[in-house]
Amino acid sequence: MNKITKFVILDILRNKIVIAYTLLLAVLSWSVFSLEDNSIKGILTLLNLVLLYVPLVAIIFSTIYVYNSSEFIELLISQPIKRKKIWLSLFSGLQLSLIVAFLVGAGIPIMCFAPLKLGGMLLLVGCIISAVFVSIAFLGAICTRDKAKGIGIAILLWLYFALLFDGLVLFLVFQFADYPIEHAMMVLTGFSPIDLARILILLQMDVSAMMGYTGAVFKEFFGTDTGFVITILVLCLWIAIPFMLSLRKFNRKDL
Amino acid sequence: MIEIKNISKKFGKLEVLEHVNLSFRKGECIALIGPNGCGKTTLIKCILGMVIPGEGDLYYNGASIRNKYLYREKIGYMPQIGRYPDNMTIGQIIETIKDIRKFTGVLDEELMHQFRLPELFHKRMRTLSGGTTQKVSATLAFLFSPDILILDEPTAGLDPLASEILKNKIIKEKNKGKLILITSHLLSELDDLITEIIYMQDGKVHFHETVEKLLASTGEQKISKGIARILHSNNPGYMDKQNNETRTSA
Repeated sequence: MNKITKFVILDILRNKIVIAYTLLLAVLSWSVFSLEDNSIKGILTLLNLVLLYVPLVAIIFSTIYVYNSSEFIELLISQPIKRKKIWLSLFSGLQLSLIVAFLVGAGIPIMCFAPLKLGGMLLLVGCIISAVFVSIAFLGAICTRDKAKGIGIAILLWLYFALLFDGLVLFLVFQFADYPIEHAMMVLTGFSPIDLARILILLQMDVSAMMGYTGAVFKEFFGTDTGFVITILVLCLWIAIPFMLSLRKFNRKDL
Repeated sequence: MIEIKNISKKFGKLEVLEHVNLSFRKGECIALIGPNGCGKTTLIKCILGMVIPGEGDLYYNGASIRNKYLYREKIGYMPQIGRYPDNMTIGQIIETIKDIRKFTGVLDEELMHQFRLPELFHKRMRTLSGGTTQKVSATLAFLFSPDILILDEPTAGLDPLASEILKNKIIKEKNKGKLILITSHLLSELDDLITEIIYMQDGKVHFHETVEKLLASTGEQKISKGIARILHSNNPGYMDKQNNETRTSA
């Protein structure tokens, strides 16, 4: 691991917010599993919590951290280091610490209570979602110099992905209820990492039987191994593309 | 050593640098002067790759510096206003930069000791005064004995004692044959330091002369007066009032 990443991780640990986040995840997961006697139901509840809070913490914390590192970036940039390396180290430092926080906080209870395959899937999804939202945060933060504006953008992006997008999809479903839109729906899902993650887990749980014909189409695609691999790939694109865009902007930025 | 070819830079609509052409050689000590907002700092940041010029190119030892970073090993930079992470201590900052540079030669810690920084190593950056921050910046600029020193307003904010220490250090490094680039408003401070003068205004280079030529052509003893004379002849309206004031007071 390189020096800058190590420094970023130590700095984040000192900052204690990530530790509080770990504790919060731990408390949530333990209480969910001790309240539900059925571990599958517990996973379902936890899934909804994870898909709401993990993106929120990841995007807001990363945005603020990037803004607060502006001095550090400025200090490094006049030194003989590639710009790409500075940005990449910052990204991996943030990503690593949030993923470790998630694995420690939610991972231990999940491994204790949930069936191995389903629990493992939820952990994988949680890690990917953390990374996706760190990446989106980087893109948001590089787009504007104004910190308040940057945090505003982060909150709006979270609202969009966590709440608005579902509303939009629901609206479309009702509008086009008379048409065969199952396949279009599947493509549309790809535009929201949170929905992709949710479907990935739901289809592991055989509750898709309750989702009618759409559920069957989804199951046919996402339920297969190819579908699974493609979904994971799309989620990885959600990590790579925003970060690459932000890196391009950072390489051309005047400091 | 450094060649600047036809660079221009715009910030939005504001043209900060317009077709600047300059070249700096080893052993020169150059003063970059001009009114506020004339593009001095932007020019320096272009050399360091912090600002990317819209047009033109910069060369270090004949190679373009675009998308390069290793050439910065040879440069020590002291910013006008050093911005450092609030939570780090002076000691951590210096250690981090040492780590990142992977420098293998002998560190030049002379300034650090003269400024008595080791006594303050445990202090966090946010608690420091402007002058102490400047001392940290200066120490970092000289620490790796770079071939090129770029000092942006080095003595601003330093107390007379510290600024004397820094000036002596600059002279010492200059005598070792390094290239030194200084921006300053205090012309009187530069008298015993510099060999060349670049005057910039509105993003353009007005003149680039050696000190001897400047003094000889204007018949003055002091750099500040020589420059004032040139500006007066170029731009009579601007300087008239000030000159009258000096005359009456004399």
